[in-house]
Amino acid sequence: MIIVAADSPASASSSPWHFFGYFMDHRSEDLGWLWTHAWLSVVPVMVGLLIALPLGWLSRRYGWLYPPMMSITGLLYTIPSIALFVLVPPLLGLSSLDPLQVPIALTVYSVALLVRVVADGLASVPDDVNQAATAIGYTRARRLFKVELPVAVPVIAAGLRVATVSNVSMVAIAGTIGMSNLGQLFQIGKDLSTPTAYYPPIVLGIVLCVLLALVLDSIILILTRLATPWRRAVPAR
Amino acid sequence: MIRFEAASKTYPDGTAAVDALDLVAPSGQITVLVGPSGCGKTTSLRMINRMIDATSGRILLDDQDVAKVEPAELRRGIGYVIQHAGLFPHRTIVDNIASVPVMLGRKKKQARADAMELLERVGLDHKFAHRYPAQLSGGQQQRVGVARAVAADPPVMLMDEPFSAVDPVVREQLQEEFLRLQGELGKTIVFVTHDIDEAIKLGDQVAVLRVGGRLAQMASPAELLSNPVDDFVANFVGRDRGYRALGFEAVGTLPLESEPTVSLASSFDEAAQAAQDGWILVLDEARQPQGWLAVADGPASGSDSINPVNLRRGGTVAAVDGTYRAVLDAALSSPTGRGVVVGRDGTFAGTINATQVVELIESRGVAS
Amino acid sequence: MAKGGAGQMIGQVFSWLTDSAHWQDTALDTGITTQLLAHIRFSLIALGIASAIGLPLGLYIGHTRRGTFLVAGANALRSLPSVGLLVLLTVMIAPHFHGRTDIGYVIPTEIVLVLLAVPPILSNTYAGVDNVSPAVTDAARGMGMRGRQVLFNVELPCSLPLIFSGIRSATLQVIATATIASFVPLGGLGRFIYDGLQQQDYPQMIGGGVLVAGLALAADLLLAAIQRFAVSRGISGRFSTKGGAPVGPIEAALTRAEVETV
Repeated sequence: MIIVAADSPASASSSPWHFFGYFMDHRSEDLGWLWTHAWLSVVPVMVGLLIALPLGWLSRRYGWLYPPMMSITGLLYTIPSIALFVLVPPLLGLSSLDPLQVPIALTVYSVALLVRVVADGLASVPDDVNQAATAIGYTRARRLFKVELPVAVPVIAAGLRVATVSNVSMVAIAGTIGMSNLGQLFQIGKDLSTPTAYYPPIVLGIVLCVLLALVLDSIILILTRLATPWRRAVPAR
Repeated sequence: MIRFEAASKTYPDGTAAVDALDLVAPSGQITVLVGPSGCGKTTSLRMINRMIDATSGRILLDDQDVAKVEPAELRRGIGYVIQHAGLFPHRTIVDNIASVPVMLGRKKKQARADAMELLERVGLDHKFAHRYPAQLSGGQQQRVGVARAVAADPPVMLMDEPFSAVDPVVREQLQEEFLRLQGELGKTIVFVTHDIDEAIKLGDQVAVLRVGGRLAQMASPAELLSNPVDDFVANFVGRDRGYRALGFEAVGTLPLESEPTVSLASSFDEAAQAAQDGWILVLDEARQPQGWLAVADGPASGSDSINPVNLRRGGTVAAVDGTYRAVLDAALSSPTGRGVVVGRDGTFAGTINATQVVELIESRGVAS
Repeated sequence: MAKGGAGQMIGQVFSWLTDSAHWQDTALDTGITTQLLAHIRFSLIALGIASAIGLPLGLYIGHTRRGTFLVAGANALRSLPSVGLLVLLTVMIAPHFHGRTDIGYVIPTEIVLVLLAVPPILSNTYAGVDNVSPAVTDAARGMGMRGRQVLFNVELPCSLPLIFSGIRSATLQVIATATIASFVPLGGLGRFIYDGLQQQDYPQMIGGGVLVAGLALAADLLLAAIQRFAVSRGISGRFSTKGGAPVGPIEAALTRAEVETV
C-alpha cells in the first residue's frame, strides 16, 4: 500500500490514499472511536454468549423448548439491525437517542444467533462420549463443563466469529444515527463530500473496520486453537 | 460375458491398484471378487463400467472394448448397486426405482407401474412405494437399490459390497433373496465382497485377489475350499475348509430310519405312549415337523393336550436332497441325536443319526 | 425515562403508523406506500442480480470442485462495513449523475447490495451441493447420468434447503442495507428513520423501524412458505406431522462460517 506522506499537518488532499494522513491529523478522535467501536463489537457478544449458554442448554435438555426457542430467535435475527436500534428505546422506556440502545440491540442479536449455536454445539457431542462420561461417574454439571462444552467449542467459536464480525458492521450503522464510533467517519466523509468527493475519512473508516474485524476474528481463532489442543494433534501413523 | 485382458490401474504416484488382471466372468453367472483391503477388487469392478479408467490392458463386455463406448451409454446398460444404496433422497421409492427406465425414455406412468412390480419382487410391501428413502431401514433401502438396478433389465450387474452395511440377520435374508432373484433373472453379475463366507455362499465363480491387485486363484467355491492354490488363498479362505466343503455336496440316497410321530392335535397320553426313549416327534396336520416333545415335561396345564410351548424346536431340519453339511447338522442339533429329514414338499421323511452321516461322508471317497 | 414515557411513545408510534395520510404522498413528502414500493424494488433488483451470479456459480463450483477459493473470497467480503461501502461508492459515482433522477444514488446502492447478497447465496449454494452424499452422486453417475443430468436431477434438488437459507439470508441483508441507503439520500423505508432523526420526529423514526422489521419478517415468511413447497419432503424430513429441522437465515450465517473453518 502506498502511503502518501503529508507534507504538512493540515494537508487537505482529498485522494483516497490520503487516509493515513487523515488518521494522523485526527489521531485522538479516531482512536477514541476505534476503541468505542471495538468495545461495542465485543461486549455484546460476550454478554450474549453468557445469556445464550443457559438458554441453549435448556433447549437441548428439554426437547419441547427447542422449536419455540428457535422460532423466536429466528424472528429476532430477521429484524434488520437498524430497525432493532430504533425499536429498543420505546420498548424499554429509554430516550430515543440513548446510546445504550446500541449494545442492547446488539446483545439481543448475538443472543438470537448464539442460542442456536450453543444448542447445535452441544448436540454435536457424540452420544457415546456423553454416556462414557456419565458411566465414569460425572454428574450432569461436571459433564457439561468438563466434556460437552469443550467438545462443543469449535462450533460455538464459529458462531462467535460470525457474531463479532457482523457486529463490527452493525456498530458502524449505528454511527449514522448519531452514535459515537467509527461510523462517524462515514458521516463526516459524506458531509464533507460536497461539492467534490472527500475520501480520506471514508476510506479510513473502511480500513479500520476491516482491520478491526480481522483482528477480532483472529483473536477468537487463536483462543479456539488454544482451547482445543486435541484438534491439532497429528494422527498416529 | 466380461473379460479382463491384462487390465491394470496405476495411479500417478506409482501405486498399482490392479496389476495385469486376467479374468473371465461367464454370462449368466455370479462371479465374486474377494480379497483383503487393497487388493483392487472395487477398482476392478469400477473399471468395468468406467467409473475408473484402466491405465493399460482391456476390458471386454460381450466382446466389445468398454473403452470404446461412451461412458454414460455404457452405464445405462449395466446395473450398479453400491454399499449404501445411494438412493435419491428427494424422490419417492417408486420414482427411485423408475429412474433408469425414465432416463431411457419410457413413459413415466408405465415406468412407475413396472416399478411397483419390482418392489414386490424384491420383497417389499406396496406401502413403501410413496415413502422416501429416509423413512426406510438400511436393509429396505438396499432392496430398493437392487430393484433400481434391475429396473431397465440390464444383462449385466455390478455390485460393490451391497450387503456389508446391514446387520448379519438382515444380511442373510438379503443374500437368500438375492439368490432367489438371480435364479429367476439369470444375469451376468460381478460381485465384490471382503467376506469370504459371502463369496462362497453366493458365487458360482470366486476370484481371490492379492494386495496389489493380482489374481491369486479363480475357481468354484467347492474347488477353492478343497484345493487352495497356495498359502495365501488357504489362509484367506480360512479354517473349517473340510467342514465347509460339505456344504457344497448333495447327498445321494439317504438311509432313513422311520420314527414314531404324533400330530399336534393328539392328546398327551397318546403322545406319551408312542414315545420310545422319552421323546416323541410332533407333526402338524400337513405332516410337517414342529418339534420334539419330552414326555417328562408333561401336558399343558389343566388339560390333556400337548403344550406347544414345550416343543423343542432347536434342531435344524434337512431336506432329503440337501447337502452333507445340512444333514449332519440336523443330526447334531437334534435333542435326541436323530436328525429330522423332510422330503421336497416339506413333509416328514425319516430320521438319521450322526454316525450314519459320517459313514456316508467317509464312503463317498476323497474329494478330487 | 419512566414507564409512562415508554407507553406514550409506543402510542405515538402506533398513531403515526395508522394515520392514513402518512401512507399517501403529499406535495412535500412521499408517503409510506411509495417508499415501501421503492424499498421492495431496490431489494428485488439486487437479489435478482445476486442470484443470477451466486446460484450458477455456486452450483458450478460445488459440482466440479473447481474454484473453491472464490467461495472463501466471497466470505471474506463480509468483514466490509456496509455503510462505509455505501458512502464510498456514492461519493465516487453520484457526482457523475448531476441533476438527474435518483440514478446517481441507485447505482452505488445496488452495487453495495449485490456485493452483500452474493456471498450468502454463493457459499450456501456451494455448501448445499457439497453436502450431497457421495454415495448418491456415485449411484447417479453409475446409472449412466451425464454431468449436467447429475447436477440438475440430483445435486440441485438435494441442495435446495441450503440454497433457500442462503437466499433468505441474502434477502435480509439486502432489506437491511437498503434501509441504510436512505442515509445517502435515497428513497426507501429508511427515509423515515433518517428524516425522523433529523426532524426529531421520533414517532416517525421508530415507525420507520417498525415498517422495516415488518417488511423483513414478511419477506422471510414468504420465502419460508415457498421453501416448504419447493423442497422435497424426502429432504426436509417432513413426514406426516413430524416437523423437520428449520433451515433459515441463522443456518445460512453459520454455514458461511463453517465453509471457512474447513
